[in-house]
Amino acid sequence: MLGFGILSGLLVLPLIGAAFILTLRGDSEAARANARWIALATTVLTFLLSLVAWSRFDSASSAFQLVESHAWLTDTIRFKLGVDGFSMPFILLTTFLMPFCIVASWESISHRVKEYFVAFLVLEMTMIGVFAALDLVLFYLFFEAGLIPMFLIIGIWGGKRRIYASFKFFLYTLLGSVLMLLAIMAMYWAAGTTDIPTLLKFKFAANLQTWLWLAFFASFAVKMPMWPVHTWLPDAHVEAPTAGSVILAAILLKMGGYGFIRVSLPMFPDASVYFAPLVYSLSVIAIVYTSLVALVQQDMKKLIAYSSVAHMGFVTMGLFSMNPQGIQGAMFQMVSHGLVSGALFLCVGVVYDRLHTREISAYGGLVERMPFYAVAFLIFTMANVGLPGTSGFVGEFLTLIGAFRSNPWVAFFAASGVILSAAYALWLYRRVVYGALTKPSLQTMTDLTGREMLTLVPLVLLVIYYGVQPGPILDTFAAPTNALMQGYQAALETVKTAAVAAH
Amino acid sequence: MYQAIVFLPLVGFLIAGLFGRIIGPRPSEIITTALLFVVAVLSWISFIQVGFGDGATRVQVAQWMSVGDLQVDWAFRIDTLTAMMLVVVNTVSALVHLYSIGYMHEDPHRSRFFAYLSLFTFAMLMLVTSDNLAQMFFGWEGVGLASYLLIGFWYHKESANAAAMKAFIVNRVGDFGFVLGICLVFVLFNSIAFDQIFPRVADLANNRFHFLGFDWNALTLTCLLLFMGAMGKSAQFLLHTWLPDAMEGPTPVSALIHAATMVTAGVFMVARLSPLFEHAPTALTVVTVIGGITAFFAATVGLVQNDIKRVIAYSTCSQLGYMFVGLGVGAYSAGVFHLFTHAFFKALLFLGAGSVIHAMHHEQDMRSMGALRRYIPFTTAMMAIGTLALTGFPFTAGYYSKDAIIEAAFASHSAAGNFAFLSTVIAAFMTSFYSWRLFFMTFEGQARWGDSHHHASAHEGVEHDDHGHDVEPASHADHEHGGHGHAHTPHESPLVMLVPLVVLAIGALVAGLVFHEAFLGHGAAEFWKGSLFTRPENHILEEMHHIPGWVPLIPTVMMALGFLLAYYMYILDSKKPVQLAADHPILYRFLLNKWYFDEIYDAIFVRPAIRLGRFFWRTGDQRVIDGLGPDGVSARVLDVTRGVVRVQTGYVYHYAFAMLIGVAALVSFYLLRGTH
Repeated sequence: MLGFGILSGLLVLPLIGAAFILTLRGDSEAARANARWIALATTVLTFLLSLVAWSRFDSASSAFQLVESHAWLTDTIRFKLGVDGFSMPFILLTTFLMPFCIVASWESISHRVKEYFVAFLVLEMTMIGVFAALDLVLFYLFFEAGLIPMFLIIGIWGGKRRIYASFKFFLYTLLGSVLMLLAIMAMYWAAGTTDIPTLLKFKFAANLQTWLWLAFFASFAVKMPMWPVHTWLPDAHVEAPTAGSVILAAILLKMGGYGFIRVSLPMFPDASVYFAPLVYSLSVIAIVYTSLVALVQQDMKKLIAYSSVAHMGFVTMGLFSMNPQGIQGAMFQMVSHGLVSGALFLCVGVVYDRLHTREISAYGGLVERMPFYAVAFLIFTMANVGLPGTSGFVGEFLTLIGAFRSNPWVAFFAASGVILSAAYALWLYRRVVYGALTKPSLQTMTDLTGREMLTLVPLVLLVIYYGVQPGPILDTFAAPTNALMQGYQAALETVKTAAVAAH
Repeated sequence: MYQAIVFLPLVGFLIAGLFGRIIGPRPSEIITTALLFVVAVLSWISFIQVGFGDGATRVQVAQWMSVGDLQVDWAFRIDTLTAMMLVVVNTVSALVHLYSIGYMHEDPHRSRFFAYLSLFTFAMLMLVTSDNLAQMFFGWEGVGLASYLLIGFWYHKESANAAAMKAFIVNRVGDFGFVLGICLVFVLFNSIAFDQIFPRVADLANNRFHFLGFDWNALTLTCLLLFMGAMGKSAQFLLHTWLPDAMEGPTPVSALIHAATMVTAGVFMVARLSPLFEHAPTALTVVTVIGGITAFFAATVGLVQNDIKRVIAYSTCSQLGYMFVGLGVGAYSAGVFHLFTHAFFKALLFLGAGSVIHAMHHEQDMRSMGALRRYIPFTTAMMAIGTLALTGFPFTAGYYSKDAIIEAAFASHSAAGNFAFLSTVIAAFMTSFYSWRLFFMTFEGQARWGDSHHHASAHEGVEHDDHGHDVEPASHADHEHGGHGHAHTPHESPLVMLVPLVVLAIGALVAGLVFHEAFLGHGAAEFWKGSLFTRPENHILEEMHHIPGWVPLIPTVMMALGFLLAYYMYILDSKKPVQLAADHPILYRFLLNKWYFDEIYDAIFVRPAIRLGRFFWRTGDQRVIDGLGPDGVSARVLDVTRGVVRVQTGYVYHYAFAMLIGVAALVSFYLLRGTH
């Protein structure tokens, strides 16, 4: 196959689907239906192909697998793809969630339908690209290119304040990406290559590491998002259409964390150790601060968006705890959050489609008319709260253990998130689902349709399954984590010797 | 067999929960109840095998997580302590299932109710069989979830929703400590499995750990953090506020969860972790003091409550304090024995109260009861048995277990022990008083329920500003009775509700007599077989038998005094309570309002949290971060670009352009460098 492997296939497949949709003529109902079906078929096929990739993947090895490399810009800046235990689960998460997004957009998108699905398919391609890229320039390209379709999705199919939101989104991320680009150039200067596997073995000078770390941090922190650069997220979420929110929360937020584990931590170990206290502080502030903010939100999506920021605080905290529990817990938390927050936004979408408002005060007593919805929403709320037995617990628990091992103060403050998350999540649930059904507008609400069941039930099952048996995901992270830890021992030793020498 | 014990309730939950709408309420009731009875029988078999034979074992089910050194299994640890808890949980749960068939017969959501009950039982079983701290936490939060769902079962009632949320969140405050405790155990022992931890505790007895700026004894800190979880779940002083509110749930729930089983999880936890606590004497002192305070505090509040369920709830709170005193002074078996007997008589009292409420058509205010003995004699008799057992009438269950704790507190000869002795003795007096007060107000005296103006004739003078006047939903009561108020005669409950009462009454009468020798006597060591650990220098069980002769008599005297006072105030001179309340309005209000804990917590935690959240949002996020960042910048940029191009395409264009420049810069950089 001309030397192109399965990962290239994953990139090309959504583009083929997009091309098919673009060939559709007119804006008739038939054309729209075709666009939907083509998009669905494409994303399902992509998911199946990613399963094939998964079956060929050996999770016991920490090496990059399914590698393919093609000449691109120059001999050293190559089009190189490959996956390891850190990236494979995210590719699967992406391809798994895409069909749900397509189904969730089935009827709620009514104008520019073709363009919408094209944007989504292009977005899928770029997201897979980020997780599969093995060249920094390629990584950068996908990382930034993915923003364009997302920007369009918010700006064109968004809510009332969509222009403001998309603009904010753009401003923040631009800031980060310019610095990242400079850092990539500096790395190229120092190491003579942008090949990620080579860079992983390259030892950057300590001084340079600091600057590179900060430059990448600027970009990843915005993406994560970490406090205080998080304010674009609630606005973007609120204005984005349901499927846009799902992808934003489930995948796009994970790119920051993925960037940390792919670039910052392994390539700049000394700087990561040096800056860990900074990351800890920002994580803890994020957990406490945004949880409190979530407590007073009046908009369902904003509340969930703020809770996402708090959960991402657990991720950064775990990653920089630099022990297996923290790192694997953080990675697991990202996957789990992808499922749970995606599902929560789908849940909001369900009632939004019926009542066209996200104001919490417009609801109340939904359980009366929508018992199935109440059950699904309850399970995802509990997963969001981190109830043991759901996937949300595993990540939170492991990151807390990891943080406690390296700094009990951090764990102490982060654990207060345990209380606060229960407060805001249950309060949301009580105001929306429980109570007496008195509002006239709610009297005609109907329970989940077959299509909505189709999107929520698999997520319910996965959230519970991975809560009880997290092994399949956790074990995938084990091999690369061990490899990463070995790199770290050296860095920690250096710091210790430096500390001893200073005395 | 142990898989069956633990997972059959889960099967019941899934059947009733998933298919309840299809198969209807009756089959759901029968299936869940039948499964629970099977499980209860199996539990008794295992109890006899393990307690009086040699059946302790470990059952591996599956692996949960494995990360680095952290290995967590799904596994059952079966020893005498677990077997005893299995008996308590499954017996009470089976009886409550049966009882609920009668109690809930008017409710349209019965399948859901039975599903929740079975879910609760499953979670509780996971808790008591846990083989490691993470699985215990799973059960711990699982029962919290079931409790949340059951308290809020009547979801259209605002007060029920509020109580459900409160229960979950206050428990989470405790869990905050629990989670940190688990983290610390892992850091110290590199494992969270009991088998790995317990043998190595003694080696770590003098380790130090630096936490929050203080240098702690590592084990003391661990135990205190874990005990925080126990305080939340077992509604101990400071974290007790959720328990009285939890009475919003249906009464069978109160009997099962908030009296017999879930609230004793904290006691179980400390007993299970006795190897840790034994090596952390400071932590044990804290346990003793907290237990003593709770026993006293809850009893004082119980004196003046008017809601029949709330009186029993405070009584539960107080009795849990007794159990912690037992554990705290090192007499683990006494604390656990009280847990065992308490489950029977407290469940009996709650189910009996449920029968009263059922008879009164969902009236819970004792000021609107009275003289019920003539109408529901059977329930009255059952309640009398429960009251005797609770107050420790000789040879009933409470007599053996409660008195053992008081004696142990005396025998410990420590400052904390003396304090606990004093507070438990006073509490014993108050327990007797409020229990008999409840009994007399409900069953004796004049009937105050035929009178449609009964609310005007408030029994104790002060108006109805307390929260103790919540009745179960009117719609629920009207369902059958067409809303013709209380102008009808109370009726005895159906057989399906009375049978569980009889079984529990038998337990309340004889459980102490039958088992005290095994739990506390000379055969205790062979019975527990090391599942309750005591250090070689801990001789408290021995010393309990060598205390001055007046000590064992004290509780009985207190019981008699309490009874006499209640008899005097509520039978002989029934104006006395009103007069007392009027003479001491401040004290009365202080007690009636539960020492103002809810108000204080609202002022120092809830409202500041909301205010802080609003401040962070409006000022932090919107004014400072956005104002300095994107909004400030965007305002300038917008000035320039407004009206030039359509906003969105313009920015995409700029954006793509910036990227292109970036890539171009990179390439030219490479080319330039290549020429060197």
